[in-house]
Amino acid sequence: MTAMKAFWRTVGRDLQLALRQGMDSFTAVVFFVLAVVLFPFGVGPEPAVLARIAPGVIWVAALLASMLSLERLFQLDYEDGSLELLALAPLPLEAAVGAKITAHWLTTGLPLIVAAPVLAVLLQMDAAGFVALVAALALGTPLLSLIGAIGAALVLGARRGGVLLSLLVLPLYIPVLIFGVAAVDAAVFGFAVRPHLMVLSGLLLAALVLVPWVTAAALRQALE
Amino acid sequence: MSAFEGEALSCARGGRVVFSRLDFRVRGGEALVLVGPNGSGKSSLLRLMAGLSAAASGRLRWNGEAVAADPTAHRRRLHYVGHLDAVKPALDAREILLFTARLRAGGGKARAAVSAALETMGIAHLGDVPTRYFSAGQRRRLALARLFVAPAPLWLLDEPRTALDAEAVARLDNAIAAHRHGGGLVVAAMHGGPYPPEATVVDLAAFSSPLQ
Amino acid sequence: MHRYANPGRVLRLSRTLVPWLGAATALLIAAGAYLALVASPADYQQGESVRIMYVHVPAAWMAMFCYAILAGASAVGLIWKHPVAELAAKATAPIGASFTFLALLTGSLWGKPMWGTWWVWDARLTSVLILFFLYLGYMALHSAFDDPARGAKAAAIMALVGFVNVPIIKFSVDWWYTLHQPASVFRIGGPTIDASMLLPLGVMAAGFTTYYFYVVLLRLRAEIVAGKIKALRLRQVYG
Repeated sequence: MTAMKAFWRTVGRDLQLALRQGMDSFTAVVFFVLAVVLFPFGVGPEPAVLARIAPGVIWVAALLASMLSLERLFQLDYEDGSLELLALAPLPLEAAVGAKITAHWLTTGLPLIVAAPVLAVLLQMDAAGFVALVAALALGTPLLSLIGAIGAALVLGARRGGVLLSLLVLPLYIPVLIFGVAAVDAAVFGFAVRPHLMVLSGLLLAALVLVPWVTAAALRQALE
Repeated sequence: MSAFEGEALSCARGGRVVFSRLDFRVRGGEALVLVGPNGSGKSSLLRLMAGLSAAASGRLRWNGEAVAADPTAHRRRLHYVGHLDAVKPALDAREILLFTARLRAGGGKARAAVSAALETMGIAHLGDVPTRYFSAGQRRRLALARLFVAPAPLWLLDEPRTALDAEAVARLDNAIAAHRHGGGLVVAAMHGGPYPPEATVVDLAAFSSPLQ
Repeated sequence: MHRYANPGRVLRLSRTLVPWLGAATALLIAAGAYLALVASPADYQQGESVRIMYVHVPAAWMAMFCYAILAGASAVGLIWKHPVAELAAKATAPIGASFTFLALLTGSLWGKPMWGTWWVWDARLTSVLILFFLYLGYMALHSAFDDPARGAKAAAIMALVGFVNVPIIKFSVDWWYTLHQPASVFRIGGPTIDASMLLPLGVMAAGFTTYYFYVVLLRLRAEIVAGKIKALRLRQVYG
């Protein structure tokens, strides 16, 4: 019971920090919108072309936006010593990691899900794909936060951490990208969406079990 | 009475043995002061005592039981104040202490404990000021105020007087005395005295060893 | 296994093994090259280009073999703090990356006459490309820290995370490929492999394997000696 409370307090503190920093935390969603808006300039305004590539473009932009925001997940706490205190708190470090990932998803993943349908409209995406897009992002963005947390923990204290993080994390994002886009494409072309969402759910469950544990191990060796 | 002891501790950093075969023992009410030149491993020993890093060899015991057997219980019984103050510029002093209080103690009296802790370190008037306006000494006072928001018997302090003025040093010394009087244990790395009264002084230079 | 935690013992072992492994590699690769280029027939469908397969297929095998060793050695290094296993993982990564690159390069060379293009987003090629990125990530992480011990630990965790992900990535890329499969693509090798192709393939694979052990022991030796030099330098500084 007290562990549960301590978990939500840790989530609460990270949310409080994110809100205090204002714009800082919402740069991810701003980046997401900008990255998607660039595509019509790149490939031309033809509605058919935009509609065809819309799911892929939205997903790739979501991937990059999530990754960019991950760099700060542990970095500031590591630099100012808060991470040491978190590691020495009675709450298991695995739970603290889970709390920080939850807060990260609430401040970056959730806004992406909200912004995605608007962007889908801008890209002329077929209306049949909207529900699948939101459902796939709802399962996929927590996965991005979880997988990315491992990378964010591993690069603590490294030289050129940001570039390194993308090299570590982007290959691991590929399955999420494949199934996320496949779900939306299936909905647009009238195929079954469920199998893709099921795979995403399976990946999410596995990540929920494994990631806090691996990330805590990575943080411990970073603090050593 | 609590007793914290280390036996034959060795520490390696970056392929170098920092110290080896170090023994120590602190009991309730006692203070242990770690001295030694830069690089002699004072901070490393404190981190090792806190459980932040693992010893290359040797054992830590609390009341005769191995610390490694129950790391959570060990974390619960210690406060560690390191070089970094862990102060978030976006939050005010009260919020920062409240988080520690609730994370560590969880009880309903957290607010009162926070006010008392601010009072102890003489920063009660700064409670609602965002810490981005704090000076280095005020940040240090805030970091030390964490010691009082949730009671724990073992204090591990890494050069606690850094950046403190004479008034704050006096407050800290009083707090350490009160903690010891109440049966608490203090281990502190220090550069120069005056050391807490009747403290055991360990010079880490005596344990530095050439490479194997 | 703890017998080999002693770097001195590994140093002695490598001194005895390295010449034998070097000779075996030279013989096997020479024999394999003769069998692949001269003694085996051209494929009725792929023509002379099939000979690229005798390099491509063993290289792809070695790419995966090396990653398995990388993950295994990393696990041993992390769990038992085995110093030689840590060094073996570090020594394996660039060799594995080179085999992966060789597999990609030969795949592309084979693809030009077969598919009419240097690169096809074929499920197999794509998986190997991702494996290549995993190797690059491992090596970059390993060298990104001022304290080499931290780099070794972080990279070991990354190797294990990558190892768990390899089957997931493979599965998802296969799924992706069946969704987007283009009209006609030749299957590599076809359903059955003729015995005349099996022999050169086997000899080349054996040669590649001995080559790996030859190079990894050489690199391991260099790492151990470098460690000794570093220890001597530290002794100069700290007395």
